[in-house]
Amino acid sequence: MSGDERTAATGPASPGPRSAGSEATGATRVLMLWCPDWPVIAAGLTEGIDVHGPVVVLHANRVLACSPAARAEGVRRGLRKREAQGRCPRLVVVAHDPSRDARAFEPVVAAVEQLAPGVEVIRAGACAIAARGPSGYYGGEAEAAERLVEHAALACGVEIQAGVADGVFAALLAARAGRIVPPGGTPAFLADLDVATLDRPELADLLRRLGVRTLGDFAALPAGDVLARFGFDAAYVHRLARGEDERPLAVRKPPPDLAVTGEYDPPLERVDMAAFAARALADRLHERLTAHGVAATRLVIEARTEAGEELHRVWRHDGLLDARGLADRVRWQLDGWLTMPFGARSARAGPRALDASSSLLARSSLVSPDDAGPWANRPTAGIDRLRLVPDGVVRSAGMQAGLWGEVGVADERAHRALVRVQGLLGPESVFTAVLGGGRGYADRVRLVAWGDERIPARAAEPPWPGRLPAPAPSTVYAMAGATEPVPVVVRTGDGAPLAVDARLAMTGVPATVAIDREPPVPVTGWAGPWPAEERWWAPGEGDRTVRLQLGLADGRALLVALRDGRWSMEANYD
Amino acid sequence: MPTAAATATTHGPGASASEASAGKHSIAEIRAAGLVRRASEHDHTTVERSLPVSAALRPLFPGGCLRRGSTVLIAGPSGVGVARGQGYATPGATSLLFALLAEASAAGSWCAAVGLPTLGLVAAAEAGVAVERFALVPHPGPEWTGVVAALLDGVEIVVAAVPGSVPARVAERLAARARQRGGVLVPIGRWPGADLTLEVVDGAWHGLGAGRGRLRAREARVAAYGRGAAARTRYADLWLPGGVPPRDHRPTPWLGRGAASDAADPATAHRLAHPPVLELAG
Repeated sequence: MSGDERTAATGPASPGPRSAGSEATGATRVLMLWCPDWPVIAAGLTEGIDVHGPVVVLHANRVLACSPAARAEGVRRGLRKREAQGRCPRLVVVAHDPSRDARAFEPVVAAVEQLAPGVEVIRAGACAIAARGPSGYYGGEAEAAERLVEHAALACGVEIQAGVADGVFAALLAARAGRIVPPGGTPAFLADLDVATLDRPELADLLRRLGVRTLGDFAALPAGDVLARFGFDAAYVHRLARGEDERPLAVRKPPPDLAVTGEYDPPLERVDMAAFAARALADRLHERLTAHGVAATRLVIEARTEAGEELHRVWRHDGLLDARGLADRVRWQLDGWLTMPFGARSARAGPRALDASSSLLARSSLVSPDDAGPWANRPTAGIDRLRLVPDGVVRSAGMQAGLWGEVGVADERAHRALVRVQGLLGPESVFTAVLGGGRGYADRVRLVAWGDERIPARAAEPPWPGRLPAPAPSTVYAMAGATEPVPVVVRTGDGAPLAVDARLAMTGVPATVAIDREPPVPVTGWAGPWPAEERWWAPGEGDRTVRLQLGLADGRALLVALRDGRWSMEANYD
Repeated sequence: MPTAAATATTHGPGASASEASAGKHSIAEIRAAGLVRRASEHDHTTVERSLPVSAALRPLFPGGCLRRGSTVLIAGPSGVGVARGQGYATPGATSLLFALLAEASAAGSWCAAVGLPTLGLVAAAEAGVAVERFALVPHPGPEWTGVVAALLDGVEIVVAAVPGSVPARVAERLAARARQRGGVLVPIGRWPGADLTLEVVDGAWHGLGAGRGRLRAREARVAAYGRGAAARTRYADLWLPGGVPPRDHRPTPWLGRGAASDAADPATAHRLAHPPVLELAG
């Protein structure tokens, strides 16, 4: 990604990497826009927290950012949660969420981009542009900075500070100070700053103990000696301290609008009409993606009905979506929306219910309005606007077959066959398994519909103590949603049902097993009881199970489980 | 990999061309170096026409490999075990299925299973099946024939649980499709006219005691019989799953008997099979 952006930065469309007046250091004049306390502001913007009160954002129990009100009470960065709450009892504590910060910053970047193209996001809360273009256009760096700050602040309602200096590092410090450092004045500007501003706490600590307290002192050291004594990273920050930041800005290119929209008059009310429209729209989207040399890994389907309802669904795909894949997904989705059993819309749509019931949509009326539960989103009228938005866009130069042809060809053939079966039975009919973590054998398997992203239900990484041992049984009856466990009756030698008490003591030795309605079979060997008590902390999700491995006289071997006082056959070592 | 063409070259005109060096290297030396093979060995190495199977299963297959276009029946719960009046088949059919798929799947082939909602995928992965290339259609419903036919078009090994019994006409059509597309159809249950039938005729689990140990490994005796080159019943003794015996294993007496027997028909084979014994060990 950064490689592409860097190419773009040195491309002909971008401003030149050097600007007049900074020949002394060779660094680019950079205009930095910085939002103070961005994690706090972002929490305020997205979660509606009052940022004028004392607010802190915590990461790993340490204060990452705090609001001005909290700072006035003595809260500082790096404090523990308890210390911060001790200094300010009314403190509102928010957990750190990097994705929230980035999400909230996106409108700010978009607003800056409206006035000056070529924005590089340094991190959430700070973005940089090459100063040369805007300063030439607005008649000076100060004017450009003022204009950008005003525009972005009005558009997004956030407080922004601007700074201009040579190089990104110095510009960020200048923005914090709200200064415009004159061309060539960057080393002098940096000289008075504390070494802590390098953001290398260990190095800063070491330098202080050596008597080097400011960036100026640090910059005065010979570069070769810094490299020899402190290593590569220190040599890099030494260059920064001297104001030699030669890295050109890696600008962000505004993403091209790839979405396609179709308007339908008369509205789509029947599945065959929808399938036809889906095909055409998907082809258009695919053409557009191919023209940009990209492919989508997710597809967002948005529809608006005649009655003004907005429908929205994201389809994930493992791999790249081709034209047929796009068309299939649009068709499935429209199929789903248009043939949902007719139901709950009376509550939502009110008077329109009567109109809709006379339309073709209502022909598939299957359930009464009372038990409409899952169909609450059913559209009440035909779809008059359809929009396909590609998401998760990646560069793609087309599908690549294997070097010798065979591998890619075989995969392609198999994919076609599986999609064909999906066409026969519906999308949720063909699966591949993803193995993840878990204790029971069924818990470790997640069946993913063909074409969806293959993500395990639970991560395999943390160890799962008490996990059932290998070899795994080749027949598992308790697969989620697939089949019901088979009831069994386990009896001890004296004919009483076997029970296991809370201390995992069995009331006897398993002697016979009767599976479902079969006659009892003698047990010749057994192992267990193996307890598993999972998610007891979550109401409604707790699961307390005791399992036994049983060897039967007829050669079978079973895994039986005791749950809620009833035995069932979970798996058969077939 | 020396193909038939390469071998012909070495035996034919190539031999005269390399006469100068023939003084230094005899044919026996070259053969020992693996550069040429006997013509009779070609059946084993025709890569295009077969899929690999694991070493333990090789004795069961004519030619030592899974021939593309063939139908290999795994006698399942409704198979011969029921006909024998035991009420169930000897367990192990599903493990045998995984063992059959493992080698081809690991080599990059696609597999699919139709109508088997209870397959233990963890066991499949342990046996060596690549689950990302193992497509599952658990509930084909009334479209069973259409689904199997569609899968045979693109998937190399199609495992299909036969719902009840299949009319001979449909079975022939699907077998012809497999032949034409170069796939392997593996029905489970009853199937008229399979090229090869695999059946677990005997087996025992090891490692489970009365309250001690746990299931560790299973010995299984698998019989293979069928048509043409497979008319003679062959046997193989396998460890399912895994393929390797446990470290502290002592040879089981029943497997020693009749290990070299080659019965002429399936009925004899079944008479030879003993009731399964559960070995108490560990």
